[in-house]
Amino acid sequence: MAASTSMSSAPQRRSPYPGWFFLPAAVIYTVLFLTPTFASLYFSLTRWSLFSSTFIGFDNFVQFFREPFLVQGLINTVIYAGVTSSLKVVLGLLLAVLLTSNIIARGVLRSLVFFPVLVSTIGVGITFTALMHPTNGMINEGLALLGINGPGWLTDPNLALLSVAMVDVWKGVGLATVIYIAGIVAIPADYYEAARIDGATKLQNFLYITLPLARPATATVIILSFIGGLRTFDLIWAMTRGGPGFASDTIASVIYKQYQSGFFGLSTAGNVVLFVLIAILVVPLTMFLNRREGHQ
Amino acid sequence: MLKTKTALTTLTTSFMAVTALSGAAMAQSTTLTMLVDNASHTIAISEALVEAYEAENPDVNIEIETRPGGGEGDNIVKTRLATGQMTDIFWYNSGSLLQALAPQQTLVDLSDEPFMDRIMDSFKQVVSAGEGVYGVPTRPAEAGGIFYNRTIYEDLGLEVPQTWDEFMANNEAIKAAGIPAVIQTYGEPWTSQVLLLADYYNVQNAVPDFAEQYTAGQAKFASTPAALRGFEYLKEVHEGGYMNEDVGAARYEDGLRMLAEGEGAHYPMITFAIPALSEGYPEQIEDVGFFALPAAEAEDTGLTVWMPAGFYIPQTSSNIDAAKQFLDFVASPEGCQVQSEAVAVNGPYLIEGCELPDDVAAPVEDLLPYFENGNNAPALEFLSPIKGPILEQLTVEVGSGFREPADAAALYDEDVRKQAQQLGLEGW
Repeated sequence: MAASTSMSSAPQRRSPYPGWFFLPAAVIYTVLFLTPTFASLYFSLTRWSLFSSTFIGFDNFVQFFREPFLVQGLINTVIYAGVTSSLKVVLGLLLAVLLTSNIIARGVLRSLVFFPVLVSTIGVGITFTALMHPTNGMINEGLALLGINGPGWLTDPNLALLSVAMVDVWKGVGLATVIYIAGIVAIPADYYEAARIDGATKLQNFLYITLPLARPATATVIILSFIGGLRTFDLIWAMTRGGPGFASDTIASVIYKQYQSGFFGLSTAGNVVLFVLIAILVVPLTMFLNRREGHQ
Repeated sequence: MLKTKTALTTLTTSFMAVTALSGAAMAQSTTLTMLVDNASHTIAISEALVEAYEAENPDVNIEIETRPGGGEGDNIVKTRLATGQMTDIFWYNSGSLLQALAPQQTLVDLSDEPFMDRIMDSFKQVVSAGEGVYGVPTRPAEAGGIFYNRTIYEDLGLEVPQTWDEFMANNEAIKAAGIPAVIQTYGEPWTSQVLLLADYYNVQNAVPDFAEQYTAGQAKFASTPAALRGFEYLKEVHEGGYMNEDVGAARYEDGLRMLAEGEGAHYPMITFAIPALSEGYPEQIEDVGFFALPAAEAEDTGLTVWMPAGFYIPQTSSNIDAAKQFLDFVASPEGCQVQSEAVAVNGPYLIEGCELPDDVAAPVEDLLPYFENGNNAPALEFLSPIKGPILEQLTVEVGSGFREPADAAALYDEDVRKQAQQLGLEGW
């Protein structure tokens, strides 16, 4: 058994479990994760119809990068991921500070902030599509009462992507808040006591104790929400289907449309591109965010 | 891949064994499954056909399943066909969308069945691939053009336009009266293509071999003025300011409501909307009229025809013979009559011996002369296997003024190239 021989060749860090303990996990991992990954790498090099596939080399990738809306999709994806993850960091941190302080009904408020995380994304998408309707949506009707002529949130090509991003933030900020609450609660009270003796203000407490010591939480929130933003699909699909026109297309929706049109090989190539893109953006980001932790 | 296939075969075989056992217990009765889209008239027609058929054949039981329409439904159909999970009979588009299912590999060839002799050649043409013919029509022939509200026309003293210029003049008059002249519903992007697609009769008039050249990769939308005209129509309507205010968010159902209730004057749409109109607005249906998309010259104006969807049988069905018998019933005068009773008729049937009821809805009356006079032609998607998938986004962009017609046509040609390559056509 390959696993057990490699174990015995590393005597200094011997695992207390025999190699075959890992076998069930290895089988599941191979069948469910490795095989599809490598199969999709192969199919991305083919023209793949319902039943047959022809090997065509890198033509799919060439075609994918010739795709007129791919570049816009790429830019949209990065904008979307950037906007949602930065807002989730800022709002999540502020909400967490508020919800760890001594305020009335803290438990209820915590639940309220977390509530949107529990709701189905498609449901949220459909609800907000109705709320953001340009003429009879509740948002614009509310604005009209104040004498403001509300824009077409989802029908104006300049706004559609940002409108969806705002809904994503509304839905996802609860998770960021919970991670921050965990991070803030874990900060030892001694630091705050010492600071109080030194006469620190609340702002100083936040800037010099909470913010730096919640850094692991910040790294987690940024990475999770950034990856989530890069591969976002469900909310965009439920709210705009990439429209109007191509204004809110992200890579994931471009890939889905290729699949929908029956271009299976092409859309698999798109998935490989998305995989590589996430790796290129997220691996350095993770390394950067985790680097200074070792110095503390 | 091979392994999955074996596993699937094993599964299917064991499933078949189980059904065979229960079948024996129920004394020869056959259960057929059927997949249809979830549009209300589709369901109504399917249920009526099944009910009538079961009444005549008590030993047959047909179970109807529904799926969403549009691209989502296409995915379901493709995936189920590819994995061998398709029902015994299914309802699906004819023309270029059918070609994407690789009918020669997935569907049962019906060309030798006696009932196919009753089906008109114009329909057989759009459900054929190679030597095989794969479907029977589920409905009458349909047409793309412009629905209009007669009450508005009467109030403003307008005439049905014979040329595009007259149409635009009518729009101007309607706009001046404070009514949205052209209803557009970009909340459902597919509806945005009609102005362009319904212009195909005119394209063919100007360039008779366009479909052939287009399939061969020689004629392009961007370089054929007659084909580019469709995109320009969208721009002209947008620039005139004729559209309803909520155009970006309005949906197909909203469009029908606006048309029937006179909140808008024209709605470019395909006549498959007629059953929904008669069902939803029985009081107003007689106020709705229909005309073909006008050409530049009055004598050139003709109708662009849409072929209906069909019923097909997948090769993986275990009840092919029973399924064929049901299709035989659908493609018979009796089948037509059951359909006419179930939902409002929206055009002439494509089955010999089928007659229209005496009291057809008003828009159908407007439609029939084009069929009788012969000034009609199939839409491009029934003459060529290629239809680029991004057309609906492009027509939304042009119709909303984000993109110029020439630019959109060039992008569409690029999309068409991709589709042709995927289909493995010659010359691309």
